[in-house]
Amino acid sequence: MNQNSYSGLPSDEFSSSARPSNTALLELRNISKRYPAVLANDRVSLQVMPGQIHAILGENGAGKSTLMKIIYGAVQPDQGDIRFDGKPVHIRNPQQARALGISMVFQHFSLFDTLSVAQNVWLGLDKSLSLAEVSRHIRDKAAAYGLDLEPDRPVHTLSVGEMQRVEIIRALLCEPRLLILDEPTSVLTPQAVDKLFAVLRQLVAEGCSILYISHKLHEIRALCTHCTVLRGGKVTGECDPREQSNASLSQMMIGSEPAALVHSERTPGQLVLDVSQLSLTSPDPFGTRLSAVDVQVHAGEIVGIAGVSGNGQRELLYALSGEDTRAASDSIRLGGLAVGKQGPLQRRALGLHFVPDERLGRGAVPSLSLAHNLLLTRSEAVSGSGWINMSALSVQAQAIIAKYQVKAGGPQAPAQSLSGGNLQKFIVGREVDAKPKLLIVSQPTWGLDVGAAAQIRAALVALRDAGCAVLVVSEELDELFELCDRMHVMAQGCLSPSLARSQATVEKIGSWMSGLWSDTETRVS
Amino acid sequence: MWKLEARPEPSAFWRIASPLLALVLTVILGVLLFLALGKDPVKGLQVFFWEPIRSAYALGELVVKATPLLLIALGLALCFRSNVWNIGAEGQYVMGAVFAAGVALLADKTSGAWFFIPVLLAGVVGGMCWAAITAWLRDRFHANEILVSLMLVYVAIMVLGFLVYGPWKDPLGYNFPQSKTFEAATQVPRLFKGSRVNIGVLLALAGVAAMWVFLFRTRTGWAQQISGLAPAAARYAGFSSRRAIWLALLVSGACAGLAGALEVAGPIGQLTPYVPVGYGFAAIIVAFVGRLHPVGMVFSAILMSMFYIGGELAQSRLGLPKSLTGVFQGLLLFCLLACDVLMNYRLRLAPVRAKAGA
Repeated sequence: MNQNSYSGLPSDEFSSSARPSNTALLELRNISKRYPAVLANDRVSLQVMPGQIHAILGENGAGKSTLMKIIYGAVQPDQGDIRFDGKPVHIRNPQQARALGISMVFQHFSLFDTLSVAQNVWLGLDKSLSLAEVSRHIRDKAAAYGLDLEPDRPVHTLSVGEMQRVEIIRALLCEPRLLILDEPTSVLTPQAVDKLFAVLRQLVAEGCSILYISHKLHEIRALCTHCTVLRGGKVTGECDPREQSNASLSQMMIGSEPAALVHSERTPGQLVLDVSQLSLTSPDPFGTRLSAVDVQVHAGEIVGIAGVSGNGQRELLYALSGEDTRAASDSIRLGGLAVGKQGPLQRRALGLHFVPDERLGRGAVPSLSLAHNLLLTRSEAVSGSGWINMSALSVQAQAIIAKYQVKAGGPQAPAQSLSGGNLQKFIVGREVDAKPKLLIVSQPTWGLDVGAAAQIRAALVALRDAGCAVLVVSEELDELFELCDRMHVMAQGCLSPSLARSQATVEKIGSWMSGLWSDTETRVS
Repeated sequence: MWKLEARPEPSAFWRIASPLLALVLTVILGVLLFLALGKDPVKGLQVFFWEPIRSAYALGELVVKATPLLLIALGLALCFRSNVWNIGAEGQYVMGAVFAAGVALLADKTSGAWFFIPVLLAGVVGGMCWAAITAWLRDRFHANEILVSLMLVYVAIMVLGFLVYGPWKDPLGYNFPQSKTFEAATQVPRLFKGSRVNIGVLLALAGVAAMWVFLFRTRTGWAQQISGLAPAAARYAGFSSRRAIWLALLVSGACAGLAGALEVAGPIGQLTPYVPVGYGFAAIIVAFVGRLHPVGMVFSAILMSMFYIGGELAQSRLGLPKSLTGVFQGLLLFCLLACDVLMNYRLRLAPVRAKAGA
């Protein structure tokens, strides 16, 4: 299938406008946008043809999101011009973008939990329709695209995949000619991704164009017919992704390919973390209740927890780190000691270190220097009487910056001045450097560029090889397959039995993500 | 067209320059205010900014008023840095004065010169007790400390009123609502002859040093501020937020209580309904104008003290109402809040949008 075969199937809209398919639907010329610290887009030019699934590929921070916000009118470019249907346009705001036929599905949903699906959709539409009419439209669209969705359900009862469907239907109700999707699969199970792709292909067959933003190479190769690669705000390549390999695409995206991790089979040491029958209600009314979670981590092994986020990972991590001390005392054992009721300080003293997924605000204090941020979890520079030795602190921070190749203005640079990848390197470095007995890491490489991600994974493997027990919670299956010795899957607050990496397949983990593991019991270790 | 552009990180220059610019703006607005009132602005400014530093005696008075402001602001700065919004320092100040007076009234002609020490300690305890009510309600019931501490100010003033109109009224005081004058033994020692400056100022300066060390050189002080800067990080690190609340409120209650005790056992010398003069509220401005920094607050306390004295002089010399003090305080705070925008944003001429298709 190439792009011409799509444009041969015009929709009503297209036959009425009777436009030859060689005119670009959207054309950007030399778009530049500067933010105070960074040139987000540097003379970016781009053409989207009618009926094309056009991928925008780039690492985090490459300027993809800024470019999409410019197209959607949420951000104004400093320079350059935009043509839609061959005519120059100046998109001042999202309303105007929608009037032109541009819709966008954002990575982070903007839905009100307490309202129903139809009410949420209704909020974004002009008020000429009644709620009942909107509900009917939602049912029609849902049926037309095989998107299973009940308009009267309150949003807080929906799964993440269903919430995304709400956003997609909301976009479709505007009858878009160009649909922008920003990292749509980051919250979906592999099966849900397949469903989404089917919907997108159907849309394209009806003549809609799609701009698909992602950094997942295999998805782009499977779905898209054209790809523009961004790096550091500039277009570094254009290609047909179906003719490229993962390696060649990633080379365009990052400039070089990271070295693959070397794994060696090993026998794990003694039991470090033993969680048995951990059940906990969530303090958050929309949180997930943990039920009878069992997990063991031994010295010298990496255990992964897969699953779509929002299935209890947050709650489990709070209970493990000691930020939530409501768990039964002996449901969490650390090196044999019951620690369920102990706080983070006591657990850290026993060798438990934790890297949270929220880097700014939880893993680090944004306005404080890197040196001061060491004090959150490290106390080498603090004397017995509580006195801080500032120069020792600075030296310690400098050592971590050097060892983990953190790009920062030095130990006194505030944490908020670092990019996400560099801050994560610093935080991981801070915890790894403490020589923990057990390291728990949540979303270790979320939002990081390929180079930083590879470096952090290498640090985790090195830590494991040094005999530390490592527990990784991640949404990225690729990452877990790369890192882990054993895997669990979390779904609806329950944890699956563990699965050795050799026995794990994407299909199996994918079906377990929906909670279907009761029939396939495969205990290891 | 001018527009505000976010800075990548807060400007260090404007951190210092913003209070100074705010002061300049306050002076300009003050000039306009004097003109509008039909007074000579030069005379007006003289009253506020020259008279209070003209003579040794005037400087002494400046210090007398700056001392309680500084003491209270030190405690408040710790609160505000810990994300605890204690607005009720005035109440803790009043209760400090009440407790101190209670002990001072026990003194008799035979008491030794050391008697001022238990008086001051009683003030500290009084302020802490009053702040502890707020801390307990916040800790136990998640009651909003802004409302609780503010309302307790009025309760404290009622308690003071009850005592001076009732049980503690001086029987020989011609029925005036005031306690009898304290014995000389309770008097806080003065530093110089002919000036009302007493050892309170030394206590306040010691407080500045102690607070600086605590905030910037001890782990406890550092941890205390994390809950204000990033509550999730404090929880992650394992710093107790309950402890932070109690510590902040007890310290600030103790500071305000000590200020109250120094005032009744110093310049006032008895308990009267006129003990509360708004130091507790003015200290909030002192704390923010001083950037919540112990040393910065020394300067802002002196400035605020100038406004107090200037307001009184404006009343006697220019025939203007004393509430001018409050007007100046308010002007300064609002100017500061406005100038602080420059810390996080820079003002720049927006570039003219490049013509399309050039």
